[in-house]
Amino acid sequence: MPSLENITDDLDVWLYQQFGATATFLIESVLIALLAIGLFSILGLVLIMMERKVSAYMQVRLGPNRVGPKGMFQTVADTLKLIVKEGMTPDGADKFLFNLAPFIVMIIAMVILAPLAFSKGFQIWDINIGVLFITAVSSVSVIGILMAGWASNNKYSLLGAMRSGAQIVSYELSAGLSVIAIVVLTGSLRISDIVASQENGWWLFKGHIPVLIAFVIFIIAITAETNRAPFDLAEAESELTAGFHTEYSGMKFALFFLAEYVNIFIVCAVGATLFLGGWMPLHFGSNTQFNHVMDYIPGIVWFMGKTFFLIFVIMWFRWTFPRLRIDQLLNLEWKYLLPISLFNLLLVTLMAIMGWHF
Amino acid sequence: MYRQTEILQDATQVSPLNGGGDLEGAGDLIINVGPQHPSTHGVLHLVITLNGETIKKVEPHLGYIHRSIEKMCESLTFRQFIYVTSKMDYLSSHINNHGCCLCVEKGLQIEVPERAQVIRVLMDELTRLASHQLWWGALGMDVGALTPFFHAFRERELINDIFEETCGTRLTMNYMVPGGVMADLHPNFQRRVHEFIKQFKLKIDEYDELLTDNIIFKNRMQGVGVLSAADAVSYGCTGPVARGSNVVCDIRKLYPYEVYNKLQFDEVIETGGDCYARYMVRMKEMRQSLSIIEQLIDQVPEGEFQAKTKAVLKLPKGEYYSRVETARGEFGVYIVSEGGTTPYRIKFRSPGFSNLSALDHMARGGKIGDLIAIMGSLDLVIPDIDR
Amino acid sequence: MFLVNYIKEVFGAIKSLATGMRRTGYYFTHHKEIITQQYPDNRDTLQLPERFRGEVVMIHDENNEHACTGCTACELACPNATIKIVTKFDVDEETGKKKKAIDTFVYHLELCTFCNLCIEACPTGAIKMDQTFEHSVFDRSKLTKKLNHDGSKIRAGVE
Repeated sequence: MPSLENITDDLDVWLYQQFGATATFLIESVLIALLAIGLFSILGLVLIMMERKVSAYMQVRLGPNRVGPKGMFQTVADTLKLIVKEGMTPDGADKFLFNLAPFIVMIIAMVILAPLAFSKGFQIWDINIGVLFITAVSSVSVIGILMAGWASNNKYSLLGAMRSGAQIVSYELSAGLSVIAIVVLTGSLRISDIVASQENGWWLFKGHIPVLIAFVIFIIAITAETNRAPFDLAEAESELTAGFHTEYSGMKFALFFLAEYVNIFIVCAVGATLFLGGWMPLHFGSNTQFNHVMDYIPGIVWFMGKTFFLIFVIMWFRWTFPRLRIDQLLNLEWKYLLPISLFNLLLVTLMAIMGWHF
Repeated sequence: MYRQTEILQDATQVSPLNGGGDLEGAGDLIINVGPQHPSTHGVLHLVITLNGETIKKVEPHLGYIHRSIEKMCESLTFRQFIYVTSKMDYLSSHINNHGCCLCVEKGLQIEVPERAQVIRVLMDELTRLASHQLWWGALGMDVGALTPFFHAFRERELINDIFEETCGTRLTMNYMVPGGVMADLHPNFQRRVHEFIKQFKLKIDEYDELLTDNIIFKNRMQGVGVLSAADAVSYGCTGPVARGSNVVCDIRKLYPYEVYNKLQFDEVIETGGDCYARYMVRMKEMRQSLSIIEQLIDQVPEGEFQAKTKAVLKLPKGEYYSRVETARGEFGVYIVSEGGTTPYRIKFRSPGFSNLSALDHMARGGKIGDLIAIMGSLDLVIPDIDR
Repeated sequence: MFLVNYIKEVFGAIKSLATGMRRTGYYFTHHKEIITQQYPDNRDTLQLPERFRGEVVMIHDENNEHACTGCTACELACPNATIKIVTKFDVDEETGKKKKAIDTFVYHLELCTFCNLCIEACPTGAIKMDQTFEHSVFDRSKLTKKLNHDGSKIRAGVE
């Protein structure tokens, strides 16, 4: 059965034989860049469509159903509309920062893609500090949002950006601590090692209650980090009209919009990798027949399935819950999530030392 | 959508638009919320002074959709002006019309047939339900949950269908005329109301699941925008806003009109005075309205639906006042007649205006999110305020 | 005791969130509950109640005769000056008497608020509300309508 690992290896060998080391590196870089951009545009279209359909069904309506079969090309039409729209820069705005901000947000989202393992061996950069890299780089995106809010010269934008800054900086902590819980259990920061450690069972099942708590905190924290409802205070439609991207229009707005969905995909992919075994198939201890059937499903399907499940859960949150207030949001982090995750980290460490996990 | 904001400016240079110029600190941020803003439910213009996220002052600016309805009414006959009042508080247009009809009937001393009285009360309570349903959905949207809005509109649609069948239109009905109602009940009316009651009783529990019991919603509403009973009275608040602050003010109980004194229903009173108390008042009022409709729907007496009136109505010289309980509070109609076919002077006491005046008091010291929640819990309809 | 209350509170909170999610999850999986009406597609099955106020029309019978005497009761009853009646004098061929009749019944749909007062005021039942509701046109002048058909005349016996 051809797997993604074989394809990439074969391609690498073939390129090396044809062109030599330097050219191979260059060609592969270009290929990866094209693949990443392609993945992002497809993700943007698919996720926005998914969000609209999920929200529609939860709100007892049909959702987009006019453009293409069952409305599948609605997002394509929307993108076309955004491309032909004029990208206005408001009077009095800091033009350089205003135009730079959406690209920063987008580039940060793209960079986090590097260490993600989509399937066995199908990974852009298997860096030995993969998890640290993800946590470190993802906190940079707040700079893009602050930049957008400040440069817009709009009070709503400024308030939204400031909220977003406070929020992302706070929730980084508990997200990071939940990630560290898995790192403690695995003993490695390398993504491929973390996935490999889950061959005999996902951490969510192996790690007892402490990992379950870490997982719940991680889901809450990533919902907040991606500025999604019920933590969408940076946009807070009913309070700040559109928050930090109030003044953006056309393709610049689309970049923010796309970055939001790509960020959701990436954080959910990280969650799937750490807690749900990445591309590892579902295995039940001794039931070998069942395990064999599961092995036939390729890793990329497992990975995408788990990621999209988490994305669905986050969308489910959004279309059910009201929004928190800014002080409640910070209370939740500093008074509840952070102490719990610190205590939880102690438990996990104890568990790892004593070897209580499976 | 336009987003109108003021450019950050030196605190010493204050234009009259920026809240009258009584700024306190240099770190204050002045924001125009509205007239075009997603959560002002129309075109309310608030100028808010912020210190960080904390609200220092809220100043409502009225006049954006002022249509001088009261002056307009002076050139309309006593049959015609009733219709204009449904454009004020368009969510309780039936009840507004009802108040005007009561006032004209008081002047002409018309005895309204009992069937007409029962039909009027039925329509009033259906209107109240429809209004509260829309409020519930819009409040959910204000605090960030978008799904309740569509669920609320699903049931509201059934009421609108009932109105459409009997009255002819869905929102501004003009179904009440001096002396009764414009047309008899549609033959399907009773069946469809029964169907509606059956469905709504199931769905109102889902409303509780989605918002009432939700912990985030509770935290957003409880202890926010507290209005004491004394303040509620001194600001002239009426309706669910005052009843949430432990003030007894239901006109249906205090000064019963039509057949309300023969009905079994409770005046809903909450003691909290915060947004959640106002929320609970409206949620319980929906159940009370349902019970009123259930009591009346099979008991509509036979008879005329409209008393015999002259083609041209002339109110005897004098002053007339009547009041009704709309979905938002007390609606008063004051007519001065010189004996002609048109009113000499007319004045409406609309509930929204008085309720809005308490906004500044409630919102001070809160966050922007609180302001939005308070505005949602006041259930403002802007044409009712601006007239 | 404090700890028990604290844990109870946390679990109560999670339970309240879960009930909300169960409700939206129910609607996500039960597509039969969808109530969307796909309007332009369901034109054929669209049923409007007979009392629906779409626009004012004048009732003409098969002989192109109407019941409007030109008494202007509707014009006086209208709060928005939506109706304007232009009258003329018909000369009766048999008796030679002059008789008042309508020349043009002008109806400004763009001003109409569908309050039904004109229908109530009409002593002869000459006008009624129609169920049409798709009134959008490209030019505002098209909304000013003449309600009496060309060559129509008053029905015999209507005074």
